[in-house]
Amino acid sequence: MAETKERKLPAPAISDETQAYWDAAGKGKLLVRKCTSCGQVHHYPRTICPFCFSDKTEWVEASGKGTIYSFSVMRRAPVPYAMAYVTLAEGPRMVTNIVDCDFDKLKCEQPVKLVFKPTDGGPPLPMFTPA
Amino acid sequence: MSIKGKAYIAGIYEHPTRLAKDISLAQIHAQCAKGALEDAGLTKDDVDGYFCAGDAPGLGPMSMVEYMGLKPRHVDSTDTGGSSYVLHVGHAAEAIAAGKCKVALITLAGRPRAEGMATGTVPRSRGGTPTPDEPFEFPYGPTVVNMYAMCAMRHMYEYGTTSEQLAWIKVAASHHAQYNPHALLKDVVTVEEVVNSPMISDPLHRLDCCVITDGGGAIVVVAPEIAAKLKRPKVKLLGASEFVKTQMGGKVDLTYSGARFTGAAAFAEAGVKPADIKYASIYDSFTITVLMQLEDLGFCEKGKGGAFVADGNLIAGTGKLPFNTDGGGLCSNHPGNRGGLTKVLEAVRQLRGEAHPKVQVPNCNLAIAHGTGGSLGLRHGSATVILERE
Repeated sequence: MAETKERKLPAPAISDETQAYWDAAGKGKLLVRKCTSCGQVHHYPRTICPFCFSDKTEWVEASGKGTIYSFSVMRRAPVPYAMAYVTLAEGPRMVTNIVDCDFDKLKCEQPVKLVFKPTDGGPPLPMFTPA
Repeated sequence: MSIKGKAYIAGIYEHPTRLAKDISLAQIHAQCAKGALEDAGLTKDDVDGYFCAGDAPGLGPMSMVEYMGLKPRHVDSTDTGGSSYVLHVGHAAEAIAAGKCKVALITLAGRPRAEGMATGTVPRSRGGTPTPDEPFEFPYGPTVVNMYAMCAMRHMYEYGTTSEQLAWIKVAASHHAQYNPHALLKDVVTVEEVVNSPMISDPLHRLDCCVITDGGGAIVVVAPEIAAKLKRPKVKLLGASEFVKTQMGGKVDLTYSGARFTGAAAFAEAGVKPADIKYASIYDSFTITVLMQLEDLGFCEKGKGGAFVADGNLIAGTGKLPFNTDGGGLCSNHPGNRGGLTKVLEAVRQLRGEAHPKVQVPNCNLAIAHGTGGSLGLRHGSATVILERE
């Protein structure tokens, strides 16, 4: 079943801590937060590293490549959509949607690439589509 | 300090309603409190500890303390979703062991049916100040069902678990629910009926989901010297543990739950092992919830849950591990979308020998009750208690 009807996406509630993430999304870029103390990348982004609790963290641009960790097609929604966790090439897994594809052919570990979808009055959301 | 042997469950009550159109939320809390205190042989004025979670109206415990006319010297409104009340039993035992109270009352109530709430299939924003996770989750449409479904999808991918195996969990619950006059769903269902029911969010079908009901319940936990004076069978707390499992900064692993940690800790405190357990109350928001928790609690190897639950192994009288003999959340009751309290209730009924005769486990002297609250696929609170008939 291909995605045919348009689904209205709510705007994310932006805080000062993550303004840069959403500003970048508006320019078609996905940022992730990297800790310069332990070297690890986490998601969702925080100023204090959830692994080593260092406050030396910085934004880095993600490659936009990833694989589907898991997914579920919400059949009961007015417009069905594919909820997913995608494992980014940089390491972290993020909550997202898989779009512009045949939902019946999705598989765990399938390669995907970054796309952005507009929201209702806010910055676009990073989502993924089969690579 | 261990809570082993430091507290007893003396009173329980489950509200018989499943649709509370003409009763207020506070009223259900109070009716349940009254029922559990009467079951114990205690009065409202004996209560010196009060426990509730986010389902109670008002700020923490205060409104319900006032409504019921309580005078507690110890209160606790820890909220870990549906697992809160299993956690509260452990916290009550800690408070009793520390001398902070002697008669602890735990209440739960909810009216999602009467209020027409779209419980499982609509994304919910909590309102107010957004949680730090909200902008990175809510716009994508996480619902209760699709986040549990993603756990099932990954479990199937990694371990070959099938929809038919998950269906056996609902089948077992339905075999038990047929004997519960208050159960919302009393009809026995087959594996075929479960896997042929409408797909809600792949791979979970309608009959993989729990019921949505109004109602509530209450538990009275008491100090040993109080339990000794009461006439009811004595149900002693041997072990309790809690844990919060998250996405771990992006290192999320959907194949296990916090039960991995609470089970190990509770069994260690109790000094017993899974093979000793005669009856298991396992949180059953969805079939996958049960399967993962059984693995994580140590009833079978990780990844072997599908084979463990199949072929009626959870059905009282025929299976090796009778579970949720009241019909559980899958068939009987999931009051206020929070099923932890009713898990404790059926474990106590089994240990007292007061379960329905058709599902009563013979010589049931050791039971476990386990809860998962929040969202299995996003972040959840786990709580385990191990109980013994003295």
